[in-house]
This record gives sequence, C-alpha cells and structure tokens, in this order.
Amino acid sequence: MNARLVSEFRSIVGDAGLVSGPEQLRTYECDGLTLFRVVPELVLLPATAQEVQAIVKLCHRERIPFVARGSGTGLSGGALPVKGGIVIGVSRMNRILEVDVPNARVVVEPGVTNSAITAAVSPHGYFYAPDPSSQVVCTVAGNVAENSGGAHCFKYGVTTTYILGLEVVVSDGSLLRLGGASLDQPGYDLVGPFVGSEGTFGIVTKITLRVIKKPETTQTLMAAFNSSSEAGAAVSAIIAAGMFPAALEIMDRLALEAAEAAVHPNYPNCQSLLLVELDGSTREVELLMEKVGPICQSCGAWELRLAKSEAERMAVWKGRKAAFAAVGRISPNYLVQDGVIPRTALPRVLGEIDRRSAEKGLRVANVFHAGDGNLHPLVLYDRRIAGQEERAMELAEDILRLCVEAGGSITGEHGIGEEKKQFMPVMFSAADLDAMQRLRSAFDPYDLCNPTKMFPGTDAKLQRPVAYEPHPIEIAGLAQRY
Amino acid sequence: MSQALVQNNEAWIELSAVVGPEHLRPATPEDAVEAVQPTGVIAPGTAQEVAQVLRYCNSAGLTIIPRGGGTQLGLGNRPSRADFILSLERLNRVIEHAWGDMTVTVEAGCTIDKLQGVLREHGQQLAADPMQPERATVGGVLATAESGTLRIRYGAIRDLVLGVEMALPDGSVIKAGGKVVKNVAGYDLTKLAIGSLGTLGVITRAVFRLHPVPVATASYVATLPTASEASKLVLAILDSHLVYTGLQIHARRADQIFVHVRFEGIPESLQDQYVKLVRIAGEHKFVECAGDVWTARQKLFVNPGSAVICKCCVLPSQIGSLCHALFQQAAPAEVAVTLVAQGTGLAEVRLDAAGQQLLMTVLRALRSEVDRLEGTMTVSQCPVAMKDELDVWGTLKDALPLMQRIKQKFDPGQTLNPGRFVGGI
Repeated sequence: MNARLVSEFRSIVGDAGLVSGPEQLRTYECDGLTLFRVVPELVLLPATAQEVQAIVKLCHRERIPFVARGSGTGLSGGALPVKGGIVIGVSRMNRILEVDVPNARVVVEPGVTNSAITAAVSPHGYFYAPDPSSQVVCTVAGNVAENSGGAHCFKYGVTTTYILGLEVVVSDGSLLRLGGASLDQPGYDLVGPFVGSEGTFGIVTKITLRVIKKPETTQTLMAAFNSSSEAGAAVSAIIAAGMFPAALEIMDRLALEAAEAAVHPNYPNCQSLLLVELDGSTREVELLMEKVGPICQSCGAWELRLAKSEAERMAVWKGRKAAFAAVGRISPNYLVQDGVIPRTALPRVLGEIDRRSAEKGLRVANVFHAGDGNLHPLVLYDRRIAGQEERAMELAEDILRLCVEAGGSITGEHGIGEEKKQFMPVMFSAADLDAMQRLRSAFDPYDLCNPTKMFPGTDAKLQRPVAYEPHPIEIAGLAQRY
Repeated sequence: MSQALVQNNEAWIELSAVVGPEHLRPATPEDAVEAVQPTGVIAPGTAQEVAQVLRYCNSAGLTIIPRGGGTQLGLGNRPSRADFILSLERLNRVIEHAWGDMTVTVEAGCTIDKLQGVLREHGQQLAADPMQPERATVGGVLATAESGTLRIRYGAIRDLVLGVEMALPDGSVIKAGGKVVKNVAGYDLTKLAIGSLGTLGVITRAVFRLHPVPVATASYVATLPTASEASKLVLAILDSHLVYTGLQIHARRADQIFVHVRFEGIPESLQDQYVKLVRIAGEHKFVECAGDVWTARQKLFVNPGSAVICKCCVLPSQIGSLCHALFQQAAPAEVAVTLVAQGTGLAEVRLDAAGQQLLMTVLRALRSEVDRLEGTMTVSQCPVAMKDELDVWGTLKDALPLMQRIKQKFDPGQTLNPGRFVGGI
C-alpha cells in the first residue's frame, strides 16, 4: 500500500491503531482455519464507531476491500484477509456500555467477549445463552457475523434469537441503526439477515442483546451406551416423552478417549456417552430427571451418573468442550466438519459414516449436539502416510453430501466463509443463491465487505474441505482451541 | 372496467391459462383492500403457479395483493394500486409432520388451527398463538410477523421458523433456510421474508420447529389498583425463576389493572409455581382464571367500527408509564381505552370515541409518549379515511434507504403490495 494512504489511515486511528510491520501483519493472515493464509496490506484497530466510519469511507473512496475481525477464532475462514485488502479489527472496542437488568438488555461494543456478557449479568442472576466452545475469547461481533451456536441451542436457540439491535457501518461509510432495544421495529427485519452474514454486509459497531434469567436448577446426567445408535435412540425417546432438555450431547469412543486424556472429566468407560441436561424449576427438573434414567436404560444404557455438584457438572462440560482440541492427542492430523441432519436420520447417517470410514481405512471421531442433529465428525489421519490426507478430504466431502441428502445443512455453526463456499450449490439452487446476492448487493453495492467469501467463485470446480492445521500460537503453547 | 371487458382482456386470458379458469374470478366489493377495489381474485395451486402469476403481472405492470385468511388486510397504508388479489387458499396442505424431528413442513395457505390439529395427533404444537387461528394462515402470520401471548416463553414467530419457500416477482421460486434446527449456510432470508408484508415475494411454504403440547396449563389473575403497581408486579415476575408461558396486563380503567400469568408443565410443577407466584405477589392476590384471558388481544379487533387499534413497542419496564399516560390522555377526551400488554413490552391499545378528531388527538399524544420512551408505534387498524392523515408505521430510523434498495432488488416493478409498507414501499 502506498505511503500516502498508510498515512491517511494512520491519521484516523493513530499509531496505536495501526499495524503495518510485515511480521505483525502475519498474525492476521488467517483465523481459526489455518489452511488459508493471506497477509493483509494493513490492519487497523479503531477505537470508536466514528473511526470505523472514517476507515470505511476511505476504503470506499479508494475501492479497497476490507475484512472485519473479532478474535479470529472462526473455523471457516470468514476473517481470512482478502488479497490487496485491509483488516479492521474490533478488539479495542471492548466496553460494555449498558446493563439494563429489569429489561434484561445489554448494550456492548463489538469487541466484548461472549463470556464477558454473562460475567456482567451473572451477579443479577442472568446469563447470555449462546455458548460457542470458544466463548472465553471470541467476540460478540464475531458471534453476530457467524450466528454462533453452542451446546445449549436445542432449547435456547442461537445468536440470532438474542440480538435485538445493531449499529453498523456499511460499505459507503454510513452508520445505520437496525432494530433496537424494543421489539418489532417497523420495516424489514434487517437484524435477522445481518446476523450470520459473515462480515459481508458491513461492520458492527454496537450491539443490543437480550440476556435471560438463569434457571433455578440445572442437572446433568451421563448415560453410558454400547453404541451411538442406542444413544441416539435414547435422545429420540426423551424428546418423544415430551421433554425439552437444555442440552443433548453424544460423544463416541474416540472422542471420549481424547477428552479423558486432555482434561480428565472422569466419564464412564463406554462406546458412546450421552449427556442430558435438564433445567428449569427445581420441582419439574427433579421429577423429569427421574424419568430420563429409565428411558435411557430402556434404550440400552448400562450406567447412569448424575453430576452431584456444580463442580462435577462443570467437569463434564469441560470434557465435552475440550473434545475437539483433544483429538489432537490421538491423531497427528484431523479435519473438522459441522454438518447438520434431521435428528431421526442420526442412526442411518452414523452407520453410513462408519461404513465409509472403514472403506477408506480412516477413523472418524464423533462429537455431536444430538438434540439438534448437529454433527461434528472429526476425520483422523496422518499426513505423513502417503494418500491419507487425500482420502480424509474425500471422506469429509462425502459426509457433507450425506448431510444434505438427509435433508440437512453443510454447516450448523461454523459458517461457509472461505472453506465451504464451493459447497453452496450442493445445498442451494442458482435462484436461491441469486436471491442472496440481491440482498448482499443492497447492503454492499461496491463489493468491498469481505467480498470473496460465502459464494462460489466463477470456478465451479469443487474445492475439497481443508485440513486442520495448528496456528503458530497453538504450536507455541500460547493458546488452545476448544 | 366492465366485467365482460375484464374477462376478455389479455391479462385475464394469460392468468387463467396459468391457474385454470375456475381459479380466477372477478373481485367483489368484499375483496377490496382498504377501499381499493381489485379487478380479480386468483388462486394458484402450486408455488410454481404463484411464481408464474407474479412473473406475468410483473411484466405486464399489474399489481398483486397476496391474501391468506384475510385477517390482517387492514394492516399498513392503503395500497397505491390493487389489480389482483392472490389467494393462497389452495396451498393449504400440511406436507410433512416429522414428529421425531419435531419439525413440520406446511403450505402457506394452511390455517393455524388446521396445522395445530395435525400436530396434536403426535402431542406437538407450533408454540405460537396468533389471532383468529381458525382463519389466519401460516403465510399471513409470517408476512405480518404476528405473535401472540406465548412469545414470552417460546420466542417470536421468526424464532420458530426454520425455512421458507418463496415465489419472487421475477418468476423464480427460492428456498431459504432448511429443515434442520441449526443451519448457518448462506444468508437468513427467512427473517427478511418474515414481517415483510408480502412486499418482496410470496411465501408459499414454511418449515417450523415444534414443541411438545404441555401436559397441564393453569392461568391466574390478580387485580391491581394502579398501572405502576401492576408494572412493578410484572417486573418482579420477569426477574423471578418462574417458568411462565404467558404474562399480560389487561386494562380498561386506570384504577383496575389485571395481571395474567400462565404456567404450563406437569401438574406437580404447576402447583409449585403457583406457590412461588403467590410469594412474589405479596399483598396482591392471584386467583385461578379461565384460559380465555389469553384471547384479550384478539377481542380488541372484534367489531372494530371506527375504533383505532395500535401496537406500541416499548421496554417491559415502560409498560406502566405507557399505561398511565394513555389513561391520562384518554379520560378527558372521552375516548374509551382497552390496553393489552405482554410482558415482552408489546402493548396493543384500542381507542373508541364518538369522533375521529378525538381519536387523532389521543393517538398523537400516545405517539409522542412512545417516541419519548424511544419505542415505536404502528396503527394496526383504523378507519380508512384516517390513513390519509397519518402514516400508520410511524417514525422510521435511518435504515429506510437500505430497505428501499432491498425492495428495488426483489421487486423493482412494484408488483407486490405497492405502497402498503413503510416509507411507501
């Protein structure tokens, strides 16, 4: 980038808000999906919405593409820089502006972390429901961009359910207020589509969100099964009994081994483990939990273990949330996918995954949100063995197609980003994609906001899913992925 | 235009070829939308037919008013033109109740009652209670983003929809979202469609997530002497651990405010919840009441006559002050007031008076109070003549130009519902 422009950007954010050294810029070359790397021309860290506006106006004038970035924990390359473009990081805009307990509203700047919201309202007995596994470090703005989920969405819904209002800067630099603190604002619901737009509509500068009252009681049961099909049948039976658990999670043998090695949650030693979490009024939770045990047993559970204390419950969840990263302990390389299927298709799709993984001679660890059918198959392989990586990628691709064929989705939480954009036509028709492009061009007629993401390029050749590679800071032991 | 002429003209011939002549008829005065008389009523039988009708009308410069059960046709500004009513009455099937997955795929013209009936066979429900369920259709409820008293527990209708199929003015049929509870592939066009009042496309099918029908339900009422005490009680309930599925304020007089609470669940837990409610309410006595208190919203719309019904969206903590201000304005002006407010901060108000000017006065005062509270107010129902004097959608923020651009991208020919939505969209 030429010196005149750099100095113009510098005049907006000052020295503290400008990253231009080649080594420093490398920090921003990828997000949580490390296979794709593009070094940005410049990274700007504005401190106010006005600075964001000034930066975007300059980008607009010079037609420089920009990519917004929170903490860079995304798993689909959404925050991957665009060639010749800049990155606008929101990490310095990290103040909680307002906590309105009576109305259960919180107003935050975009760089506030997910966990910080719950921390701010927790003394009042409230919490922020979406709980992606990276919640300790990921930002609310990143959650808004990706419409993040978590283990408790089956009952509580994903990010979009909780975002009421957004202040955003769109690609000509204008500042717009969408939605607001009160519900049902007249006009089109623009907050709805903005959430999950993966940074392609604009940059969020302020967020009004809803928190909810912590339930009176939460209980978590572990049930040990001989197969994930049995555990899946128990999930269906629990739901058929009219219950609405806060979470229903299944981990298979490989995932359990990995979690056990990493954080010692002391899970039962079994082929498949089901976690059932009920919450609500104490009386109701106690009565319903008495029914859950026998339902699990009737589906083949041979051990039931109720977390006896809050500490024990936390250990159970720590194991579950660490499962992804922990797989690194049992395999040198692995691919992560997050396809979704209708819950009843679970036994069939799992059987099919088993069959295909045997065919390819690869192991697949399964950790999934069984309540909402969100799979997280982890394809394990060793890239040092010739041909394994290739086969692993084929298998991951097969799994995504299986999900779509079963009536599901190619992504439940991680987003399309760079990683899965070539798979969009597997799920959507040309007309569907065209409708999405119309909306995109209404927000960003200049193609400046994260322009290369989410949609397949003109090159229709399918790109393979990509391998997980540890980020340099992970290798250095400075961070861990959850 | 005489009927004979209408039936011989090119549009009539083209459209009747699309849907079959038996599904196209001349419009009657009952088909008028806010006193704007359409020419014909067309009832396509498939999403593809809907799309073909839209494409033809779009290319011929004709306008379309989509209609489900016709329960919300009074919403919005007067249409600037209305050539054809597009009735979704033939798209009325429940396509698939995947009860094991707790989802249902249903066509847009299916009534809410019919849908709920099918779902109940497997002990499930769409956890929403829009008004007039015997007439209101899936498509109409989505287009108007109608939500009822269950919203406080289960979320708005937008939170219950997993995907929609929609016909666009260019003749394409698109799907957005999907059939699974969690899905972040592509833009969430379902949310754009919901509440867009049929100005971008016509919803032809929807997929909902479902909930179990509760084993038992109980409703309770307390009577309070002032709006501020009622508001305090509602806030205390909101801040409690009670698992209510309804929380409502209902008032016709400033000194007699009813607070309604509903619990659902297993019988043992209902008793437990009631005991806790009594503790929270303190001196205010809650007694069990009939479940029909939850139709209070719907009753506002019975025999509207010259009444004005508006929806005020404020914060839960502002309901008391809104209620107080309303009665203070209305009493001296001899305007009768009924207020039904949900614990979510959504208040619906009916104003009845002898003269239109009295109504306008109170309406203006109410709007300025809502503006002061930084909320929004829209008029859901009023005499047609009043619509020339007020914009029913109220004050708009700075996103209107963006909304107009979106309309331009989806319906550049202004084929759908012209003029009815915000800012003349």
